[in-house]
Amino acid sequence: MENGLLKINHLSVEIEGKEILRDITMSIRTGETHVLFGPNGSGKSTLLMAIMGFPKYKVTKGNIVFRGEDITSLPVDERARLGIGVSFQRPPIVRGVRTQDLLRACLQRQYSEEELNLLAEKADMLDFMNREVNYGFSGGEIKRSEMMQLLAQNPRLSLLDEPESGVDLINIALIGNLVNELLEKKLRIHDRTHAGLIITHTGHILEYVNARTGYVLINGRIIGEGDPHEILATIKERGYEKCIECSR
Amino acid sequence: MHRMFKVSSASSNKEKAKAAISKAATSGEDLNLDTYSGTSSEQPYQADITQFPEDTKARVEETGVVLDADAKRAGTFIQIDNTTVHSSSMQEGIEVLPVNNAMEKYSWLSDYWWNAVPVDTDKYTANVELNQHSGYFIRALPGCKTIYPVQSCLYLAQTNLTQNIHNIIIAEEDSELHIVTGCASPSGDKAGLHLGVSEIYIKKGAKVTFTMIHNWTSGIAVRPRTGILVEEKGVFLSNYLIMKPVHSLQMNPVARCIGENAVVRFNSVLVALPGSSMDVGSRVILDAKGSRAEVVSRAISTGGEIIARGYIEGNVPDVKGHLECRGLILREEGMIHAVPELKGTIAGIDLSHEAAVGKIAEEEIEYLMARGLTRNEATATIVRGFLRVDIEGLPAQLSATFSKAMEESEKDIM
Repeated sequence: MENGLLKINHLSVEIEGKEILRDITMSIRTGETHVLFGPNGSGKSTLLMAIMGFPKYKVTKGNIVFRGEDITSLPVDERARLGIGVSFQRPPIVRGVRTQDLLRACLQRQYSEEELNLLAEKADMLDFMNREVNYGFSGGEIKRSEMMQLLAQNPRLSLLDEPESGVDLINIALIGNLVNELLEKKLRIHDRTHAGLIITHTGHILEYVNARTGYVLINGRIIGEGDPHEILATIKERGYEKCIECSR
Repeated sequence: MHRMFKVSSASSNKEKAKAAISKAATSGEDLNLDTYSGTSSEQPYQADITQFPEDTKARVEETGVVLDADAKRAGTFIQIDNTTVHSSSMQEGIEVLPVNNAMEKYSWLSDYWWNAVPVDTDKYTANVELNQHSGYFIRALPGCKTIYPVQSCLYLAQTNLTQNIHNIIIAEEDSELHIVTGCASPSGDKAGLHLGVSEIYIKKGAKVTFTMIHNWTSGIAVRPRTGILVEEKGVFLSNYLIMKPVHSLQMNPVARCIGENAVVRFNSVLVALPGSSMDVGSRVILDAKGSRAEVVSRAISTGGEIIARGYIEGNVPDVKGHLECRGLILREEGMIHAVPELKGTIAGIDLSHEAAVGKIAEEEIEYLMARGLTRNEATATIVRGFLRVDIEGLPAQLSATFSKAMEESEKDIM
């Protein structure tokens, strides 16, 4: 049985009338982690935001199927409640709302205070629980906060937008652990119920998180698919320009 | 340097009031006092606070005043229309009396009468002087600290009545007084006018937290006139909350720091529902070295009009003040006008302000929606956060009262 969690079929997406993604097709099965490579401006974040369903990202062709249901026209919150979660690269500051208020909201179920504290402790965010969401947070603090929220949300599919960018070496290991926990990496692939799609610009996260499939996205199109480590090695050796040539 | 007392005689107060009876206020709708009635029927005194009629009790309790026999309070004062219907103190060293009884008891109290608020401020203060019936006198004796708050409720029940109230609060040296005061009217859209003069005297080293929750209805006009004098190392913390409809509200309390290192903080949470008109400010005059002021207001319009004022004046060196006015307009037809003002009359002062009026950023709503909150839940979370002003220095119980009043009113906003 093909255990397809997410299927994207010939998806084209535009922002304010400008086409950003063209004819994207990919499939992620439960338990898998996929990685998206690509230079700045290639459309990586757009793909994640379109899967999550933000209204600014308009699907002009194709569709998105999640757990067998066509979700292409569902609003963001319904997708979240179906089991899709995203960690933002640059989330907004929400003045007045405390980090703990948001964390409580993410849980969307009964929970104990111990559970809440445990989540904060895992993400090394205990000192931030009374601070306003993302207000004055450093790069690493933002990423940890995002991962903490996702752990609370516990989505079937996690979309992680450059979880390691702006994070120092100590924090990157912590982020790696949090990603592994989110994606149930301790379990064997067949026992997992979660999957992930990770954007990485540098590939650093691959030193901490195992991934099965990699894609190279350039100018809004997927031009290559394969083993993520091999793709990363190729990019490092030859740059994205060569990838374009390779794909021809 | 201001002196706490400029003694004026009762007869000169009456004369000044008569001269000011037509004097319009500097802002707000100019109300015609003749359209309201000054006479009200006497209400029976109620020694047992649990025995009020259920509907009155429910409205009163919405303002944070608790009418349970075992309520943890240092004292209770309740006035309906122009009659004191209950007055009691439950802690030694704390006095709670109808102000007229206190005037009879203490001859010195006349020194405090119209000293923090000028009697001829406008027609409303003048009317209170000429037609005053009651009001409370709350005093903490030197060194006495309230464990629980003193609660007061001023209830305006009779249609078209003018409530003429004069309150005096005195925190003697090194005392600490927490007061929660609720003003309310019965459900419906009856007209009425609430005129409330409050003079608050904070002596050397004393601290007063004054939490006022207004639960009016769409026909009521409200003109509170409040003056606060703060002596050396005195602290005044004011928390004001209005989230229910009101026909017309205009107030601009003035706190003067007259002793060195005095501290004043005003927090105001204003929500204007459709049909409500509010002109609410806070003024702080820093007249003594080392004194500090913070004025914070959060205004939300769901269709009503709000003028949110703030004013800090520094007249001596080494004073510091900060003003923060933030407004959110949640519906098309709402209006918020933020008026932050600073005035310095000497070198060596440090005054600043920030003001912002806008709507909730769509990006913030979507961020929360991506965590599974519906659009309404996301908006409510952001609004709740916006209104959550830092109520520092408030005892846990008062803080809970404040939060509860806010939660109960949320459904009207959303």
